[in-house]
Amino acid sequence: MSLVQGAHQETSQAAGARAVLLSWPEFNKPAVWLVAVILLIMPFIASGFFLIEIFATTLILGTIALSLMFLAGYGGMVSLMQLTIAGFAAYMVAVFGMSANTNISLGWPWWLATPMALVLATIFGTLGGTLAVRTEGIYTIMITLAIGAAFYYFTNQNWPIFGGHTGINTIATPKFWGVDWRSDIPYYYVTLGVAAFCYFAVQYVSRAPFGLALQGVRDNPRRMAALGFNVNAHRVAAYAFASFIAALGGVLQVWNYRQISPGSVSVGACIDILIIAVVGGITRPIGPFIGAFIFVILRTFALDLLVKFGLDGNRFRLLIGLGFLAIVFWSSDGVIGLWERWRRRTATPDKRPGGGHGHG
Amino acid sequence: MSGWRPRNTAAPPKSCDPELTRREKILTIKCAVCGTIRMVRKREPKRPRRLGGRYGDGRATTVTGFIERHPAWALILLIAIALLLWLILAVWPPGLEEAIGRKRVFLNAVFNGITLGSLYFLVASGFTLIFGLMRNVNLAHGSLYLFGGYVGYAISTWTGSWVLGFIIAFIAVALVGIVLQIVVFRRMEGEDLRQTMVTIGLSIVFADLMLWVFGGDFYQIQTPNWLVGPIELPLVTAVRSSGEAVYLRYPLVRLVIFVAAVVIGIVMWLALNRTRVGMMVRAGVDDRDMLAATGVPIQLVFVAVFALGAGLAGIAGVVGGTFQSISPGEDTRFLLASLVVVIVGGMGSIPGAALGAVIIGLAEQLGSVYIPTYAIVVTFLIMVLVLALRPQGLLARR
Repeated sequence: MSLVQGAHQETSQAAGARAVLLSWPEFNKPAVWLVAVILLIMPFIASGFFLIEIFATTLILGTIALSLMFLAGYGGMVSLMQLTIAGFAAYMVAVFGMSANTNISLGWPWWLATPMALVLATIFGTLGGTLAVRTEGIYTIMITLAIGAAFYYFTNQNWPIFGGHTGINTIATPKFWGVDWRSDIPYYYVTLGVAAFCYFAVQYVSRAPFGLALQGVRDNPRRMAALGFNVNAHRVAAYAFASFIAALGGVLQVWNYRQISPGSVSVGACIDILIIAVVGGITRPIGPFIGAFIFVILRTFALDLLVKFGLDGNRFRLLIGLGFLAIVFWSSDGVIGLWERWRRRTATPDKRPGGGHGHG
Repeated sequence: MSGWRPRNTAAPPKSCDPELTRREKILTIKCAVCGTIRMVRKREPKRPRRLGGRYGDGRATTVTGFIERHPAWALILLIAIALLLWLILAVWPPGLEEAIGRKRVFLNAVFNGITLGSLYFLVASGFTLIFGLMRNVNLAHGSLYLFGGYVGYAISTWTGSWVLGFIIAFIAVALVGIVLQIVVFRRMEGEDLRQTMVTIGLSIVFADLMLWVFGGDFYQIQTPNWLVGPIELPLVTAVRSSGEAVYLRYPLVRLVIFVAAVVIGIVMWLALNRTRVGMMVRAGVDDRDMLAATGVPIQLVFVAVFALGAGLAGIAGVVGGTFQSISPGEDTRFLLASLVVVIVGGMGSIPGAALGAVIIGLAEQLGSVYIPTYAIVVTFLIMVLVLALRPQGLLARR
């Protein structure tokens, strides 16, 4: 990146590369390997319903929330339009690819439509980010929420491209090498692969010079500007990176449901992504996935659970809202923060980890 | 104490914006004995208020200053206003009617836009007031609006009195606001982001609770008999072949609401600019900590402002229930509207909220008449344009 001065960049990049190789703490913990193995052999344990409705959905929502986590945790910018970017990518897959709405879809093969959707969604998110970085802090929330809401109402009103409030149905999914990639097991591995790629990409970028500079911008923009960093360029670049991740999540989502309608990009859904990221914890890339898992489990089983306790089964959102409020009230770090606090209290002092990355 | 000497009077501290206290100047003085610094206010002689032209000392007034600084923009603005007035007042030549449709449609869209703008103003003024003073982006403001609408509906159907619906809705929603401020927001003062997150959580909880109680139905508040029906306005929409002029007929209730919104706006402006409490609020908008340090019971001011802002949202809910209808989802719609209005008008500014509301209301109505599929884009483009040219909003001071 030409965002920092050349000489400075080279030295820090060399040092950064060495540090990165030495410091992937994920590879040193047995628990991480255990989770990875479980995720890999999941298709042999879980039934189709669990595989897609729980785990694949978790991975998709987690990926979209991961893009928010990257912006909020490392960049200090809480963007509510990440789902909108994902939804835009999904719409683009539907518009360029094949679907039942032949008057809208251009009928491109998937290997052309998908990169196109990714590129367009990244551009869309970057433009939105360029707007959002003109203001700071809580204004960012307002502007990104306004962008998200405007997109929702736009998709509702617009028939020629976005198919109005019925959306676009029966979108074709990729089939090649003799495999239907939307059948349960291959699709699960695709989502797992994409989620893992995004997770490690975020991990890597957070330790690369760009990520470190971004964290500096988060903590003290004026000082970073004084040091010669282009604060706004870093922020816009962060939006571009996060948009790409969100777009990947959006493509996976549209392949999963095979249809896209304004309901998928509603304001409530945008806020769900924020809830997922905050509940999981926005200081670590693993947080959004934990949050997504909790969210999906609650969404799937809250109805049965509430009915079992003699309550109205439709009060799922009330439960989510109260849970979110509780997390915001008592743990600003989400579930990860609770877990770490609990571990710190139980562990002996010498076992404490040498300070988390991320929260600089 | 005789040890106080003026110190570096050239540059007053940034927090003491001289604009705020109009005729006051802040001087910092230093004690020659102990070295501590203290700030004093020095009152300047009163100047006559003028809208245009110049003051006696050659300082330009707001309007003159704007024209001097941006002559091109002032010209464009003037032409736009003149064009709009001509479109409204003149009898359209036949060519124009062929090009963009009938004048009645246009006039109706303009009037709908302005009355919708007055509704947006009621919602957004509370939002902007709360934000300006407490830096609290109250994303539950839409829920307060919806709650006001439901309360107004319940009261007006129960008692049959429309006006009573307004009063009870104002009180009920203001009480909710007071409870929120005391129980929730006071605990996390200064943590902007956390407060905003909490308001998001609250909006979800409120939305679901209201869905639980009132269901997913549409409710419309009955317009009272004395306001039902259109009245004729002295605006010519067309001229019949017999030479007889056709005048515009417009629902009376909308005009009454518009006038009420204007009155509320003026009262708020007067209360903010001419009373002692208003002065405290304005001072708090500029520098909360400094105001608290001067001994003002700032928590009381916070609660009062939150109550007022929430109550305005409640009133707006009743208005919205009469104009249109109330149903789940309206909370998001009006939250978005107030977000865009305050982004366009300028955060924390009441005149900004008024200007933004009229612009957005007009854009929405004219857009939905002339470019139905892309109406929302117009609203959005206005927001983008304002953010690009003047990120702080049209009428914000910073």
